[in-house]
Order: sequence, then structure tokens, then C-alpha cells
Amino acid sequence: MADPTTDNRPFAIRHYAPAQLREALKRMYLIRRFEEGAEDSYTRGMIHGTMHLSIGQEGSAMASCMELTDADKITSNHRGHGHCIAKGADVGRMFAEFFGKETGYCHGRGGSMHIADVKTGNLGANGIVGGGLPIAVGAALAAKRLGKSDVTVCFFGDGANNEGAFHESLNIASVWKLPVIFVCENNGYGMSTSTARSTAVQHISQRAAAYAMPGVTVDGNDFSAVSEALHIAIARARAGEGPSLVENLTYRWRGHSKSDRNRYRTKDEIESWMAKDPIARFRADLIAHGILDDAAADAIAAEAVADVQKGIEFAKASAAPHLSEVTRYVYAEA
Amino acid sequence: MNVASNPVTSADTGDQRILSYAEAIREAMALAMQADPTVIVMGEDIGVYGGAFQVTLDLIDRFGPDRVMDTPISELGGAGVAVGAALTGLKPIFEFQFSDFAMLAMEQIVNQAAKLRYMLGGEASVPVVFRMPSGSGTGAAAQHSQSIEAWFGHVPGLKVLQPATPEDAKGMLLAALADPDPVMIFEHKLLYKTRGHVPEGSYLTPIGKALVRRSGADLTIVAGSIMLHRALEAAERLAVDGIHAEVIDLRSIRPIDHDTILTSVRKTGKLLVVYEGVKAYGVGAEISAMVAESDAFDYLDAPILRLGAADAPVPYNPDLERASVPQVDTIEAAARRLARREV
Repeated sequence: MADPTTDNRPFAIRHYAPAQLREALKRMYLIRRFEEGAEDSYTRGMIHGTMHLSIGQEGSAMASCMELTDADKITSNHRGHGHCIAKGADVGRMFAEFFGKETGYCHGRGGSMHIADVKTGNLGANGIVGGGLPIAVGAALAAKRLGKSDVTVCFFGDGANNEGAFHESLNIASVWKLPVIFVCENNGYGMSTSTARSTAVQHISQRAAAYAMPGVTVDGNDFSAVSEALHIAIARARAGEGPSLVENLTYRWRGHSKSDRNRYRTKDEIESWMAKDPIARFRADLIAHGILDDAAADAIAAEAVADVQKGIEFAKASAAPHLSEVTRYVYAEA
Repeated sequence: MNVASNPVTSADTGDQRILSYAEAIREAMALAMQADPTVIVMGEDIGVYGGAFQVTLDLIDRFGPDRVMDTPISELGGAGVAVGAALTGLKPIFEFQFSDFAMLAMEQIVNQAAKLRYMLGGEASVPVVFRMPSGSGTGAAAQHSQSIEAWFGHVPGLKVLQPATPEDAKGMLLAALADPDPVMIFEHKLLYKTRGHVPEGSYLTPIGKALVRRSGADLTIVAGSIMLHRALEAAERLAVDGIHAEVIDLRSIRPIDHDTILTSVRKTGKLLVVYEGVKAYGVGAEISAMVAESDAFDYLDAPILRLGAADAPVPYNPDLERASVPQVDTIEAAARRLARREV
């Protein structure tokens, strides 16, 4: 690791090995292409229900997971596909889940809103706004009680910061000094209601003060800024010093869900955020600092396209659950 | 014949330990914590205070504040922390100070704990135990006296128990801790000080098994928790007049024991269900429908009767409070009418 006092490159460039950075770029492309593939499959009628796409938020998801091992946990929210991929999930099994297949991560019982991969430490997306916050605190409690140094990263949106669960969770985590990092992905809107109309404080990170923990707001589309904030918060958590709140300012390019008719945002606003594409920025940073060149970046992007294609084929070819098994997994099998 | 095949109280003989219901629960918690370092106890004022009903008294001295954790007054957060801890390797026993307060945590109980295994396709397990001090009779009025066990009976993924005796209170808690799924145990507040035989050491009361506490051929009374004791007392009075009630301790609301109930109804041809929850849409409706949908229906020679709470919040005035839920007198009267087919 380079000395930050003499090295003025961005944190991520000086802190992570080139292979890690290339893998991060790959996973960000994978998230983007996965979301597009899911959207396309939905349009073609291969996925039913609804989904919440995280296109535009890939930097926040990936940078927040840079220092997590499979033993570390995440909890996620309804916009959780990116978190799942960033934590290490296989896109084939994710597509299979969205297609409702038995080979999916949840054997077709959960779908988009409950996508999880317990083996890589992803305790699951959540259909209830704020639902994952107390669960994350519980996972942090378990790690502490079991004498492990594992941390839990709890992803939620700006909407959740007005749920009671947010306040109860931050308070308990702080009182008990638990190794949890609350990552608020503030994309400006809880469904259609802007944070300006819903939230009394200007920055959600200000709410950390009420719970006596560090709170920081960063540009969520700046990979390096997010990874640095998480690096500090994770180090604090692993050292037993307690929780932190990190607010990643970001934006979802698509609507809230498939029913969104986008009546509450302007085209100009959306386009201004598309110009701040976290993937393009990260890629440009990597090239500027000699981590890879354009051709290598294109090759990585092409790999993501191929992985998504392969994933969709796997999902299509997989078997659906048997109808006789509708009550399977309600309880543990004897 | 009126043989009490499974008596609810025992003589305090040399080889029989007598404990209170609260002591039995505490003993179960202590045994589990001794045997398994992943068991923790959480709740409001359960540490030095010992819990609102003194059930966790002294546990903090024996196991320390790291395992006997006073939570802030945050039912949603606290219950959710228990769910998350259960998901990742601990076995939390979470005490709601009053079961009524669980309404603040319905999200975590119903949307999360109950559904996580299913939503994740069997890849997750939530072995949490929620202790639910429940029921009326304490003068605490409408928000501290409810019997809401049937609500949770409606939720696939949960198991819902209601021990009537100290022996079962201990055995059910140990069984709940051994179970990989979330279990809610409704403990009746008026039973905490009742006493009975409790075996030493660890034993598991099977989840989902009702028990015939008194045999009889004339009618079947299904009751759980404190209603079992009232039903048994009513049955004793009926026996004086030659009416022999079979009294079944329901014990488990979810899963529910079809076989024991249906076998009894086939024998007696008459069914009275007694429960403390509001009568409408309650445990009695489920049991009545169970009989109506089975071959036992053909054995009925009188309509099914339900006795439940009045269609009102639990009132404060002590006479009103008593009148709002089934008592020995009302059970006795209903059973007599049923036995005479005056319904």
C-alpha cells in the first residue's frame, strides 16, 4: 500500500491491487448488464412480478463490498441485485431465481425482492423498507458474541431512514457497539417522494449524530470515495469501536419499479445523473492511473455481456419447481 | 370413568419437584444457556429487574450481561436483532414484556422471521424463540391483557405454543430452542405463580401434540393455557352430575394436533372449544372447521360450541374483565347445555 501522504492518487487506486480493481470493474459491468438483461427478460415475459433496477448505483454497491469476505454479511433492500453481485453471487443462479426456477438462489420461492446468497454472506434483499436494518444489527451481535471479527454491511435507501426500524437499529447498534456499517444509498427518492419532501435533515448522515456514531456523506458514484468511507467504517467495526453511517449519494436511472411512469423527475435531471455514470468514471480512473487500457477494459465489459448471456441461458434451461412442493421450505425438513 | 390420565398438578411427594410455572421457564432458560453458549436472552428489563413478571430473575447474575441483554424499549428493533442473530448462529430467547407489545414488532415476526426460510428457499434458518406473556385477569386493561395467539396461528413459518403447566412450560421452551424455526410461546400471566411437578434436567415437550388431560365419553372440551384449568374444574363439577367430559389440553396452536381432537370427537360426538382470545375468527373457528371438514363430522350429535372472549377490548373494571372471558361457571353451563343437546 502506498503512503497517502506522498501519493495523491485516489484512495482506491493506491489501496487495492490492480487485480482487485479490475475485478471490481468487471462486477460493476456485470451489475449493469445483469439489470439490463433482467429488464429485457421482463419485457419479453420471461420474468413476472416486478423488479427494482439499480442501474446507476453500481459504484455504491461494488465499492461498499470491496473489503468484505464471505464470512462478512450484508443485508440488502428491494433494490438488491447489485449488492448480490457485488458480494459475489453467480448471475446464472440469480437469473434462475428471477425466472422462478428450482436452480435459483431461493429455489424460485423468493424472486427479485428476496434474492440472497447465504454462502457468500448475503442474508438477502428485503421487500419491506427498513426490514433489513434490525437483522443486520442482529448479525453483528452474533459475530461479536461468537468472538468473530466479521462485520455486517447494511444497505438501505433514503426511504428507509424515515422508518422506525432505522432509528431503533442505529440506537441499539451504537449502545452495544456492534460491528455494523449502515450504508444508505440515497438516490433522492423514496418511490416518488423526494428526500427534500420526506426528510427533515439535509443529509441523512446527520442522523448519525443522534446515535453517537460517525456519519459521512460521499459521492456514491465515485468508487474511490465510497471505498474509502467503507474502509474507515469497516476498520472501526473490526476494531470493536462500533457502527458507522455512510451515505452514498447516487441515482437510479430507471423508475422505482416496473410500474413507475416517471412523473416526478425531469428528463434533464435524469440526464444530468447519467452523465455521472459510476462505471464510466471508474473505468476512466483505472485507465488514467494505468491499471488497464481501453482494450483491456473493453474485454472486461465483453466478459460481462457473455456472463449475462450464459446466465440467461442457464436460467431458461433450468427446471421449474414441482407444484407439489408449494409448502416445501416453510419449515425445516426433518 | 373419570380418570385423570394426565394430571395437571401433582402431590409434593419426595420424588416430585414442585416448581412454579415461572420457575420452570427460568430453569429451562438456565439449562439451555448452560448447555449451549449460543443461547442468549433478550428483552426489556429482563436483567437486574428480572423481567416484568420476574421470569428471568437472577439469570443475569449467573450468565452475565453479555448473554442476558436488556434491550432499549424498541420492540421492532429488538425483535429484529433477535431475528438477525438467529439467522447467523445464535439462539435468542426474546421476551416481549407483554405479548401486546409484539404488535410493534409484527414486521419482524411475520414478514421476516416467519418467511425467511421460505423466501430463501430453505437456505436460511431462524431459530428464535419469542416469549409472550399473555392474557387477562390482571386489571391491566385493553393494551396489556390480550390473547393474540390465534393471530400468529395464521402465519405459515411460525410455531405457536401455549403451555398450561409448569412441566410443559419448561419442556416447550426447551423444545422451542431445539427447533430450527421461529417459535412463539404464549405464557399466561395468571399461571406464572401456579405450581406443579417439573422433572429435573432437560426434556422436550413435543411440539404439535395435544394431550388428553381428563378422559370422558359425553363431550369433548378443547382448551389451552389457563382455560385448561377452568375446563378441568368445570369437568369436575359436571362429573358430580354424571356428565363426563373429556378435556384436551391443546398445547400447540400451530401446528395443531388433528388426530387427538378428531379421535375424541368421534368418541364423544360433542365438541366445546374454550379459548381466551376473541371468539370470532379464533382458535375455536379453526378447530370447528377441522371437525366439520373431517369424517368426525358424521359423529357429531350436537352443534359445535365455542366459548371465547367478548367482542370487545379487555375492560378494566374487574367484574367486566371477568365477564369478558370464559370462566369456570360459563364453561360448566355451556358444557351442560351441550351435553343435553340444548343448543
